[in-house]
Amino acid sequence: MNAKTVQVTTPSDREVVMTRTFNAPRKLVFEAWTTPKYLQRWLLGPEGWTMPICEIDLRPGGAWHFAWRNSDGTEMSMRGTYKEVRPPERLVSTESWGPEWPETLNTIELREENGITTMTLTILYVSKEARDNALKTGMADGVEASFGRLEKVLESMGGQS
Amino acid sequence: MHTSEQLDATFAALADPTRRAILARLAKGDASVMELAEPFEMSQPAISKHLKVLERAGLVSRGRDAQRRPRRLEAKPLAEATEWLERYRQFWEGNFRRLDALLDELKFGESKPSPARRRGKTS
Repeated sequence: MNAKTVQVTTPSDREVVMTRTFNAPRKLVFEAWTTPKYLQRWLLGPEGWTMPICEIDLRPGGAWHFAWRNSDGTEMSMRGTYKEVRPPERLVSTESWGPEWPETLNTIELREENGITTMTLTILYVSKEARDNALKTGMADGVEASFGRLEKVLESMGGQS
Repeated sequence: MHTSEQLDATFAALADPTRRAILARLAKGDASVMELAEPFEMSQPAISKHLKVLERAGLVSRGRDAQRRPRRLEAKPLAEATEWLERYRQFWEGNFRRLDALLDELKFGESKPSPARRRGKTS
């Protein structure tokens, strides 16, 4: 398995943790996460989405607001507040998808060694149910798993043990 | 419709490397306990214990052949559980690949020789 692609784990009932390395100093990775003109180029989701709104007030207590639009007109909006802003190593914020969704607490930690940055992004949900629902919804595109894909997934999991 | 308990049982079943290997073997076709035990340095009773966990989780069923009782992979609960994480992972990997490209640009911009510049305000 390519160690350079994102690893997603669920170390506790309420968390999703993503780990990935980037071939760049953490100062640049931090900027990429906190500068609207940069975020609009990469934090886009599946093909066909743009990010028409990207507002950031980068300070503890400051608000952020992102909104995406699909080529078919569907829109998705998220908002939150920054809790900790410690460039280039740590960023903590809340995230809300709207009143009917529970809020999450997101922590980005950046460590750098020899010009390579390791990012750990921890998404903390209010409950296991909220965490499991978030994993299930929002990103699905209705693709059915075939036996062939299933076998590949099992083989890749076996390779990690 | 799957319950939370089904998914918990599925994830618990998947947490063990021997059980994952058993499922990978069954994905290729039904097999008896003896056939499943063969690649492992493990007794049949030990393999049977793992099979019980998988059967309780609904991931493996038993065939009707009275002599061989072949085990069969029941893929649907497994597919549902692994599907989530895999789609989620692919969604984010797409984003991070774009971020890789952006970071390459920013690094190149920083290494270009330039006269002394004043840093502007970040918006």
